[in-house]
Amino acid sequence: MEVIFVLIGFSLIVALFFLYLFFWAVKSGQYDDSETPAIRILFDSKKQPKTTNRDGQ
Amino acid sequence: MDTFHYDNRIVRNFGIATLAWGIIGFVVGLIVALKFIWPEFLGFIPELSFGRLRPLHTNAVIFAFAGNAIFYGVYYSLPRLCKAPMWNDTLSKIHFWGWQAIIVSAVLTLPFGITTSKEYAELEWPIDIAITLIWVAFGANMIMTILKRREKHIYVAIWFYLATFITVAVLHVVNSFEMPATFLKSYSLYAGVQDALVQWWYGHNAVAFFLTTPFLGIMYYFIPKAANRPIFSYRLSIVHFWALIFIYIWAGPHHLLYTALPGWAQALGTVFSIMLIAPSWGGMLNGLLTLRGAWDRVREDPVLKFLVVGVTAYGMVTFEGPMLSIANVNAIAHYSDYIIGHVHNGALLWNGGLAFGMLYYITPRIYKTEIFSLKLANMHFWFATLGAIFYVIPMYWGGITQSLMWKEFTSTGALAYPNFLETVNQIIPMYALRAFGGTMFIIGACIGAYNIWKTAAQGSLQAEEEAQAAPLLPEKTKEKVYWHRWLEARPVQFSAWILVAILIGGIVEYVPTALIDSNIPTISSVKPYTPLEVVGRDIYISEGCNNCHSQMIRPFRSETERYGEYSKAGEFVYDHPFLWGSKRTGPDLHRIGGKYPNSWHLRHMYDPYSTSPGSIMPAYPWMHKKDMSKSDIANKINALRTVGVPYPEGYEDQALADLETQANMIMDDLSSNGFAEIDGIQLTSDKQVIALIAYLQRVGIDIKGDRDPFEGLPSKVQLTENQD
Repeated sequence: MEVIFVLIGFSLIVALFFLYLFFWAVKSGQYDDSETPAIRILFDSKKQPKTTNRDGQ
Repeated sequence: MDTFHYDNRIVRNFGIATLAWGIIGFVVGLIVALKFIWPEFLGFIPELSFGRLRPLHTNAVIFAFAGNAIFYGVYYSLPRLCKAPMWNDTLSKIHFWGWQAIIVSAVLTLPFGITTSKEYAELEWPIDIAITLIWVAFGANMIMTILKRREKHIYVAIWFYLATFITVAVLHVVNSFEMPATFLKSYSLYAGVQDALVQWWYGHNAVAFFLTTPFLGIMYYFIPKAANRPIFSYRLSIVHFWALIFIYIWAGPHHLLYTALPGWAQALGTVFSIMLIAPSWGGMLNGLLTLRGAWDRVREDPVLKFLVVGVTAYGMVTFEGPMLSIANVNAIAHYSDYIIGHVHNGALLWNGGLAFGMLYYITPRIYKTEIFSLKLANMHFWFATLGAIFYVIPMYWGGITQSLMWKEFTSTGALAYPNFLETVNQIIPMYALRAFGGTMFIIGACIGAYNIWKTAAQGSLQAEEEAQAAPLLPEKTKEKVYWHRWLEARPVQFSAWILVAILIGGIVEYVPTALIDSNIPTISSVKPYTPLEVVGRDIYISEGCNNCHSQMIRPFRSETERYGEYSKAGEFVYDHPFLWGSKRTGPDLHRIGGKYPNSWHLRHMYDPYSTSPGSIMPAYPWMHKKDMSKSDIANKINALRTVGVPYPEGYEDQALADLETQANMIMDDLSSNGFAEIDGIQLTSDKQVIALIAYLQRVGIDIKGDRDPFEGLPSKVQLTENQD
């Protein structure tokens, strides 16, 4: 049962660290590029075999 | 530019496994559904009885069908997102064959009554270890692939895959802490309330991290690809990812509302479950809004049809979930068929829809061809969608009907339907409709399998798909990098933080319950089970009685009138594992002890109809013929003592004598009441049914404190003599 005390201490430290990270993150405005990753996956790194999109897109 | 190859063979293999296990899992589901209408259907074959097949059905559709579908999607999308082949093809093969071997081992154990009874974690301890190893092989292969990637940015789908890997690993390991008694029998480390909390922390998050997050990852890859347009909002995907994994982990206790779980834990579960609607709908809307301006394509493309219906069903289910977590709603829906409808809405359309959408997307691509028949694909789509609707609506209807009947009182204050069977027979037509819907879904799946087979046959597998990408250069610039960007580029650190996020929820809920004694008031008259009762309890688990019978009476007048005193947390302190159940196809059994004579149980097990006309419970005649297993009772006592049941030192040596004495007492009682034989079968004190009767007569009676369960047994007699 002693492991439980270790777990409580661990969870409190982690929770506080998370809170710190959250405030720090909000202030530093991290979500800068939220456009290109979404578009990038649409380009394949090879020649597409002729398939699927019957309207040619 | 680097040139490299994607391995499409492993993708194809997982695709075949998805289809094959899917159809097997659906058919097992149909068999158990038919047993509601014809209880004798495939009866008298112990291996095919409802209690044993139901876990096989759930395990097959969750871990075999959805599981292989997840790997199918991951092994296709991950290398393409990372612009790198899977790290190690041997590991891929170990993962594939290992996972199939685990599924086969489930088929070889569950029907034979080898089960832990914990829902969706029924597999016994050696298989639990194998699952851990194969899961780690999958995770290692995935993480190494991410480390070797040629694309710096880690796309949102991969985050969901990573969260899946890490959380499922933690859930599986923590919930599988069990003490082996024999090679194929173990006892949960946790007891009663603790076991219930750990189990539903696992159970709910199996839904969250096995049936939700990986499929969201799949959604984030395949919807944009199939529609050929970027996801509606990439920012939303980041926000809802973090919110979802952080909130989901706390929601487990909503499976235990009004039970003996401490109230604060129930409240916590409710609050977080309601909050979950925000990230869930964020994901659902993000998927659907991706198609804005492209809805015309949904009309034509079977891939998009399946994906869109899947995401829509996800939206419905994740609306229902929070609503069902509200205590007042839960009081009606819990234990009823409503929940069966709810999960099938998710399983058939969300998981099924995404799995079939992927199969129609990937197969033509890796076989370099087109879908064999769009007509058949559309037919499959309508069979699947309408089949699911025919399944789900009768279950909603039947669930609410039955639940309201359970709760209805007459004007004089008596139960309106005191006979439980009246409420069962009322909804049999709904069970029949459900089987019809399920049949439709299976027909659709077979059409789909044929179509996909023909698609593959008309093309040829491009086993090694060539691709090119620029290698990833080491970072040179020292410019300020925002933390999420930094994290996205570092999968190991990223994984570590996901682990931390999910652990917090689990720890904070579990630790106080285990630590604070006042949460589980002990009751001095509650004693460990006698050896015969332990054996009987093992038979109860083995036959899967808990699949239809709860042992948890909620504190409602409608339940205390029907079943007796409501269940207290302290009554379960020696229950390894807990057997509260989650569905009442039959009545609750927590106060069954002492309610009927031994002979009633004997007849009821042999032919339920003889004691309960109209019952849909299957008969268990083999219990009257087969001998119980006695030789391992010392091992069982030792294992139970290890997990905390206070049997005195050395009791394992006295256990067999106690067991036989108690069995003889029950047999003598049966004989003196004219039941030395039943239907020509000679009974002896060695038969399984004797142990089961001993257990059933013990359930829920300790709280009265008027009887010492060890009274009259050799160990007790000896103890009393020594004291004198």
